[in-house]
Amino acid sequence: MAKARTSPLRSSLVHAALIIYTVIALFPVFLTVINSFKDRASIFRNPLGLPNETSFSLIGYETVLKQGDFTLYFQNSLIVTSVSIFFVLLFGAMAAFALSEYRFRGNSLMGLYLALGIMIPIRLGTVAILQGMVATGLVNTLTALILVYTAQGLPLAVFILTEFMRTVSDDLKNAGRIDGLSEYSIFFRLVLPLVRPAMATVAVFTMIPIWNDLWFPLILAPSDATKTVTLGSQVFIGQFVTNWNAVLAALTLAILPVLALYFLFSRQLIRGITSGAVK
Amino acid sequence: MGSLKIENIRKSFGHVDVLKGIDLEVEDGEFVIFVGPSGCGKSTLLRVIAGLEDATSGEILIDGKKVNNTPPAKRGIAMVFQTYALYPHLSVRDNMGLGLKQAGKPAEEIKERTRIASAMLSLDDYLERRPSELSGGQRQRVAIGRAIVREPQLFLFDEPLSNLDAALRVNTRLEIARLHRQLKATMIYVTHDQVEAMTLADKIVVMNKGQIEQVGSPMELYNSPQTLFVAGFIGSPQMNLIEGAKLGDATAKNVGIRPEHIQISKTSGTWKGSVIHVEHLGADTIIYLQTDFGPLTVRLFGEHQYNVDDVLYATPDAGRTYRFDDKDMIIKG
Ligand SMILES: Nc1ncnc2c1ncn2[C@@H]1O[C@H](COP(=O)(O)OP(=O)(O)OP(=O)(O)O)[C@@H](O)[C@H]1O
Ligand SMILES: [Mg+2]
Repeated sequence: MAKARTSPLRSSLVHAALIIYTVIALFPVFLTVINSFKDRASIFRNPLGLPNETSFSLIGYETVLKQGDFTLYFQNSLIVTSVSIFFVLLFGAMAAFALSEYRFRGNSLMGLYLALGIMIPIRLGTVAILQGMVATGLVNTLTALILVYTAQGLPLAVFILTEFMRTVSDDLKNAGRIDGLSEYSIFFRLVLPLVRPAMATVAVFTMIPIWNDLWFPLILAPSDATKTVTLGSQVFIGQFVTNWNAVLAALTLAILPVLALYFLFSRQLIRGITSGAVK
Repeated sequence: MGSLKIENIRKSFGHVDVLKGIDLEVEDGEFVIFVGPSGCGKSTLLRVIAGLEDATSGEILIDGKKVNNTPPAKRGIAMVFQTYALYPHLSVRDNMGLGLKQAGKPAEEIKERTRIASAMLSLDDYLERRPSELSGGQRQRVAIGRAIVREPQLFLFDEPLSNLDAALRVNTRLEIARLHRQLKATMIYVTHDQVEAMTLADKIVVMNKGQIEQVGSPMELYNSPQTLFVAGFIGSPQMNLIEGAKLGDATAKNVGIRPEHIQISKTSGTWKGSVIHVEHLGADTIIYLQTDFGPLTVRLFGEHQYNVDDVLYATPDAGRTYRFDDKDMIIKG
């Protein structure tokens, strides 16, 4: 076992596979970023070339930033994503704690019901959601998006966190009870810190679909004041002409906040993904 | 203060009855040990006493007061767990002080009580460390320290030493015995280990299948077991249990004799048998014999040289045999 792990052939094969995968995964991102720094003609003439003195141009970024509303779109995206993640984690963890910690009638049925959303896409309910939002006057508000995304993220969060919380030692929770901690303190002070890696995993899995989503912003909040970055970038894509410089620049800019959030969670994330494997 | 009375406690998980009517009285300052086979409900009983599980029926009185509806923190108890259960994100000092802090005690008092407990357990050098930076033995001492700091009327220990290696177990056992003398508190202690049970206990409670088989001092249990189960459970090597019919005893279903209450001779005796195995333990020699009525274990003190297939005669000490009826209860006299 130990020998196999150190065998150079084996480890170089593994590394080659990982490198190939990384290249494939990063290639579209790389293309987007390099082309966002080129003028329109160079994008079409030589899409794979790096920007050089003749082709380098910031015209895309200028267009995007001149558009003015883009800071607002960014702000909208950030608000929607971070508030949704917050609620998904909070409510998901609370439900998971109840499911994993307390014995009550219908516990496993409830768990199944809460996890059902993993298999049934929330978009199937778009019409009903829209009707509901219209009825409550929430159309064209960020609240509408936050509500929908929280609902969308919860099933997976409950599912993952329940499994993780089952692994937190009963003795530890009982020690807390004997020391006089309330159930809330046990949840917030003992259990949550121990499932932090799982929380990070859930946060990343929740964050990316929300940030990239075009569907619900388009349907529920298309007004100028509530547009998200992904929706905002669509103004540059026309039926007949598309302002590629601007689209690519907008997309490049849109990567940055997710990247920042990802780095924030990634240390924890790696521990979360591997925690079952090692130890 | 510190007495405990349990009246007809029952506990069921769904359709499984784990505790089937437990009655027990523990006096102030007593060291009581629960022993019994795995799964017999020892931990469940301890958790019911602590208030971590609600009893399905029955009453628990601590210090004469009914505590069935009192939360664990207000029962005047402290518990030490097999897995230590230290708070991983807190230093040793904060681990020990958390209970008092929750109870709203002033910082000065917490500091003083932590100091006393850490001196008692020689933990002074580790107060600022996290549990992950301690060895297993140190962790268990912190867990014991956390219990002491609360100054409880009643200590509950659930197999506190079973994760420690043999040498450390002996040390910590002595330490717990010393603490019991020093604190004069009531202690209830669950263990699998016979030596722990026999050496620490004022009173041993033998449990089997959710019921108490017998309660008594270690020597009472050893010398006068009331049931077949207790006879077989207490003592190591196990008591020899022989079917009465095979010995020509019509009234007893089983007859028991402890290995150390049998004499061996090469020439004559009650039972004839041949040696199948010999264990030399230095202070003791354990001989396994095959007889007409089945295997027989004999324990001799000191060193003895016998070989496999030697033919020996075994004679039970007079008055040291136990006879059990068909309900596995002892037959008196
Ligand atoms: N939460 C629970 N739900 C269902 N059954 C349980 C639960 N806790 C314990 N049991 C059952 O109750 C029985 C007694 O368990 P308990 O932990 O008290 O045994 P124990 O005597 O402490 O055993 P050990 O010596 O192995 O620790 C076991 O059969 C166990 O399966
Ligand atoms: Mg147990």
